[in-house]
Amino acid sequence: MSAAVTRASSTAGAKGGTKAGAKRDTTATSRGVVLAVLLISTAYFLFPLWWLLVSVTKPFGRQFSGSGLWFDGFGLFDNLSRLTAQNDGIFWRWMLNSVLYCGVGALVGTLLSAMAGYLLAKYEFRGKGLLFGTVLAAVLVPKILFTLPLYLMFSGVGLINNPLAVLLPSVVSPFGVYLARIFAAQSVPDEVIEAGRLDGAGEFRIFRTIGVPMMLPALVTIFLFQFVDIWNNYLLPAMVLGDDELQPVTVGLVGWNASHGVAVPAPLVVIGSLISVIPLIIAFVALQRFWRAGMTAGAVK
Amino acid sequence: MTTTLSAAEPAAPPRQNPGPARRGRRQTALSRRTLLLFGGPFVVLFLAMYIAPIVYATVSSFYVVKRSGLGLTAPTKEFDPLHNFAQAFGDHDFLAGLGRVGLFAVVQVPLMLGVALGLALLIDAKSARGKGLFRLGAFLPYAIPGVSAALVWSFMYSADSSPINHLLEPLGIQIPFFSSGSVLWSVANIVTWSWTGYNMIIIYSALQTIPGEVLEAARMDGASALRIAWHIKIPAVRSSLVLTAVFSIIGSAQLFNEPTVLQPISSGSISSTFTPIMSAQAAVAAGNYHYAAAQSVILAVAVGVLSFVFFKLTNRSENA
Repeated sequence: MSAAVTRASSTAGAKGGTKAGAKRDTTATSRGVVLAVLLISTAYFLFPLWWLLVSVTKPFGRQFSGSGLWFDGFGLFDNLSRLTAQNDGIFWRWMLNSVLYCGVGALVGTLLSAMAGYLLAKYEFRGKGLLFGTVLAAVLVPKILFTLPLYLMFSGVGLINNPLAVLLPSVVSPFGVYLARIFAAQSVPDEVIEAGRLDGAGEFRIFRTIGVPMMLPALVTIFLFQFVDIWNNYLLPAMVLGDDELQPVTVGLVGWNASHGVAVPAPLVVIGSLISVIPLIIAFVALQRFWRAGMTAGAVK
Repeated sequence: MTTTLSAAEPAAPPRQNPGPARRGRRQTALSRRTLLLFGGPFVVLFLAMYIAPIVYATVSSFYVVKRSGLGLTAPTKEFDPLHNFAQAFGDHDFLAGLGRVGLFAVVQVPLMLGVALGLALLIDAKSARGKGLFRLGAFLPYAIPGVSAALVWSFMYSADSSPINHLLEPLGIQIPFFSSGSVLWSVANIVTWSWTGYNMIIIYSALQTIPGEVLEAARMDGASALRIAWHIKIPAVRSSLVLTAVFSIIGSAQLFNEPTVLQPISSGSISSTFTPIMSAQAAVAAGNYHYAAAQSVILAVAVGVLSFVFFKLTNRSENA
């Protein structure tokens, strides 16, 4: 408990002093009520995931029987091999596609956002206000509205069924630029940039060797958010990639699900759904520190 | 801004804080080459992937494809700026979709933000234990992609597998998740499940920036926890609430993934024009891109106006 208090106070900064005294001035009743409400809400947030976990361990075909909330026999390995056997292992191909689209898209996108955000935060140039204003406005336009025209434009230039049709729109992240600008302004001091110039380093070299390391926590956040954003984008790949082999896992699973359990048994959709969310859950739990910092910057203006 | 950010942002070492020096004072003019190097790639792609589609959709919405009665001659594209918009405003299904999403936003957004605010206050409360675990528990659904979340919930809802109805069976209750009256709220539940934790973290982060002395002073004056929440904490997270509200309204306008995944098992209560985006999708599938573009433009303008009005309204009452 004391560890949790210390951690909370170090995060809270100025608030730290008061937190230490917390234990003494709360009553058992208020602690009980708060705990009960938090437990109920957590149960709501976790029970679909719990159901998913339980279902995947059940023997194949029994996914929808029983209460659904407790284990009933063990069939995890059999389930996995059935998933692998379906359509010559296309599920793993989809997973690989998703990881590639999201990984490459987020990496390139983070780099572009970092450079543009750094430019907006650290340099003066004509058209700066216009550029930033346009980027901010783009954050507010529903992204899904770009999908239909993009599909038409890509058909026009023959990019349909080409991974580039998913990657090119994915690497542009106005929200990433916005975050990068905030972080660059906050964590890269002008003095350090000037010192670099006095040492005779070029602007890009200063960015690469001084700016990037200082912005690193922020860049991890931008990468993570963009990774999830691309993983979440269903409509774009569904429209521009007709070929099964090229689809990301979300599009593939929805296709399986739409077969109503005829072409593909419904339990396989359940098993695939669990596997497909594991990479994201791991990323979020491992990088907690970073995304919380990133969301704070976006929120507290 | 710099100071509030570093207070709540553990990742940035404090020594890098440039202090009260205003950003931009020492910024330097730079050569065209550097400008192009840093900004060029983003700007080119931004123009191609954001600006061009908007221009393309807007221009397309002004055209109509006219086919001759027998289809023997090639269809012609004619400039008729009002045709598609008139069609959309006379299209019962499209208007119903707009109304549905409007109703969804009016009910779901306040409900979700209310719960998110409540959770943030509870986790921030002095009586709370295990803050980190509860925060992560609520946030975890955000890590589940929208489509996967909808798939998982479709198993929660479907008559064959619903563990919810299974639990309620002994009580003689069955929830008709897909009846025409409740299906919109079944969708709302998925969205609420996915995004409450995300919004809660943003509000919680804002709560962390309230200076400890302010809260301590209020306690010394004998203010109860509820009074402190109402008079100090909630006003302090106001701008976060506005931000999350705007993002949630935009999210409602793009409602697509969840109803689309549920559609095949909804036995018809989710139509192909359930939401405006689905309606535009249906128009594309039917080969009428120009009509789809007009629907998209109407939706984008509606969202833009709404966000703007919302910002204005909340700003005005803040100044008053």
